[in-house]
Amino acid sequence: MSTSESTLDQSPYNYKVVRQFTVMTVVWGIVGMLVGVIIAAELVWPWLNFDLPWLHFGRLRPLHTNAVIFAFGGSALMGTSLFVVQRTCQTRLISDGLAAFVFWGWTLVIVLAAITLPMGWTTAKEYAELEWPIDILITVVWVAYAVLYFGTIMKRKSPHIYVANWFYGAFILTIAVLHIVNSMEIPVSLTKSYSVYAGTTDAMVQWWYGHNAVGFFLTAGFLGMMYYFVPKQAERPVYSYRLSIVHFWALIAIYMWAGPHHLHYTALPDWAQNVGMVMSLILLAPSWGGMINGMMTLSGAWHKLRTDPILRFLVVSLSFYGMSTFEGPMMAIKTVNSLSHYTDWTIGHVHSGALGWVAMVSIGATYHLIPLLFNRKEMYSIPLINLHFWMSTIGTVLYVTSMWVNGLMQGLMWRAYNADGTLTYSFAESVAAAYPGYIVRFIGGTIFLLGMFVMAYNFWRTVASDNTETASVQPQTA
Amino acid sequence: MSSFWSGWIILLTVVTIIGTAWLLFANRSRPNDQETTGHVFDGIEEYDNPMPAWWFWMFVITIIFGIGYLVVYPGLGNYKGTLGWTEIGQYEAEVAKANSEYGPIYQKYAAMSLEDVAKDEKAMRMAGRLFSDNCAQCHGSDARGSRGYPNLADGDWIWGGGAGQIKTSINNGRQGTMPSWLPALKEQGVDEVSEYVLSLSGQPADSDMAAAGEKHFQTYCVACHGADGKGNPLMGAPNLTDDIWLYGGKRAQIRTSVNEGRNGVMPAQQESLYPEKIHLLAAYVYSLSN
Repeated sequence: MSTSESTLDQSPYNYKVVRQFTVMTVVWGIVGMLVGVIIAAELVWPWLNFDLPWLHFGRLRPLHTNAVIFAFGGSALMGTSLFVVQRTCQTRLISDGLAAFVFWGWTLVIVLAAITLPMGWTTAKEYAELEWPIDILITVVWVAYAVLYFGTIMKRKSPHIYVANWFYGAFILTIAVLHIVNSMEIPVSLTKSYSVYAGTTDAMVQWWYGHNAVGFFLTAGFLGMMYYFVPKQAERPVYSYRLSIVHFWALIAIYMWAGPHHLHYTALPDWAQNVGMVMSLILLAPSWGGMINGMMTLSGAWHKLRTDPILRFLVVSLSFYGMSTFEGPMMAIKTVNSLSHYTDWTIGHVHSGALGWVAMVSIGATYHLIPLLFNRKEMYSIPLINLHFWMSTIGTVLYVTSMWVNGLMQGLMWRAYNADGTLTYSFAESVAAAYPGYIVRFIGGTIFLLGMFVMAYNFWRTVASDNTETASVQPQTA
Repeated sequence: MSSFWSGWIILLTVVTIIGTAWLLFANRSRPNDQETTGHVFDGIEEYDNPMPAWWFWMFVITIIFGIGYLVVYPGLGNYKGTLGWTEIGQYEAEVAKANSEYGPIYQKYAAMSLEDVAKDEKAMRMAGRLFSDNCAQCHGSDARGSRGYPNLADGDWIWGGGAGQIKTSINNGRQGTMPSWLPALKEQGVDEVSEYVLSLSGQPADSDMAAAGEKHFQTYCVACHGADGKGNPLMGAPNLTDDIWLYGGKRAQIRTSVNEGRNGVMPAQQESLYPEKIHLLAAYVYSLSN
């Protein structure tokens, strides 16, 4: 780094914590996606676990999901939220010490996850695998984050609160509630605990948590990101204030109910399954409200897509967001779910959201932030951003389509039966048939991961260059 | 569910749906085309465009569909829905339909002896599918098993290979338990017995240790495996002289079996499969070596 910390911190805002989170977004992105590519490879070449327990698919899979959601996604959300809250409230974070605590605390959580999950220390609750001491640490760090964030909003200089902050705020509050309720557990040793819930109740609490992790971490949080970086990058006003009001309140009110669609045709009572399905369908319009508001913000600025690959990342992420949030309600319909459930279709659906929406919008926002945070005029190479854009898009499309094909095929194979009533295919035959899809998925994931290395290189060259531009550090006042 | 909780669910569900509809309609009025709200945040302005009509009506349609669904199907607490649909009812109806459709096919074979069913080509095709779905997970799609899961195609039987014995194994399951002999024999005794067992199947073994092991064998092992080591199908004690091994026949594997014991479980299938299907499966397994 050729510029000293002191020149970087001429700004009235705390950019240090944003810089830290932005660097870690790229680092954890590479780590989390690398683990994803490794487990995708293990499904193609099972011997790749080398018979070592800590390289086993069952232990690396939670490491992958935790790393991409909470390390990569979490760093992106925390970094951008702490940036956006300062810029749109025109005030510095209430405490630099608290900001440092949030960053180092969150980093500690991630490091502990990276150690304990391969060791096999797990609560076995999906997306909430971390054991009770780490759960407590998460709670402490998260409360500190909430105090930092809402404290900054409280002392804002602008009379109103910008829509991005509504979404970030909903994300922070709800994740706190979800984490605490779902992680209620009784420790039996330092590394093992048991959930206080049992049976169907446990399953329902788990998927109330699980689906709202999607709704409030991966949707509301990243919509907050979208609401700042899309109009900023496009240099256009947000399309509709009233649309943002309606879809915000509808989204957070309805998402809470959608969890039971993960438990269709199980021991969950009929009424809960049906209410979950109905609410999932009503969720379509509130979800699409965000896509419309983002897309329509570009009206009058579409020509910028020809020259600006950062904007391209943001717009394509909105397209994948719209596609995933259409697909989700469809998959929540019980008759569709009876075909799609337990197949690779679910994996494809998740990754069209995770790669296409979450990762792409974060990547776009990160490219926007890097020159600003490190006091550079622009990224080292625009063509490299463009290359990264195409690698991400092609990687996502290969991943998602291969899993769609696999999922439909598996669903149809599992329900096919002969004239004598016996099943046409055994489970093992459907595994064999899925094999080509696993190879395509591995290739798609690898391309996406390589794109992240292109980004890391571009990041490093940008910071290493001495192409400084002090003017951009100054905030744009109203 | 008590009527309080039923009412609570109805209240929350209705308030959420009605509230969402109110939110939607309350913000419909006063379109303000291409004018901003006047708020500026870090240079970002906001238009106050009306909600797109197609989106508005899509929202309305999903709400109407949702209300309709909750009238027709159960969802609002204890309310049963006008169709009287239940998940268990749907399941039972589908099973009853399948039984009436395919029942006669199975009945035909159920009336035949296992030996005769085993010779019926069509029955064996059906049974092969059933085996793939219910048995292949442990015994392999070729029925040749793997370590800890017996090979069903080699003519060697731990619990007996008669058609009736096979059917009993499938119906009731089997539990093959060999205790750990370490407490009784100590380390050296375990080593000696292992050498003796190696020698029983004609494998090279230390003759001094095997001789010492034979004494232990005649004391502790004969009860199940017999004085000649040929086993006892009544107890599921394997024949140790034929060089066919369930848990491996190498020195270290035999030693582990003696040292730690073994616990093999075949689950009882009568808990989950109809008798007619077990009849077909028993005939299929019988046919593999007859």
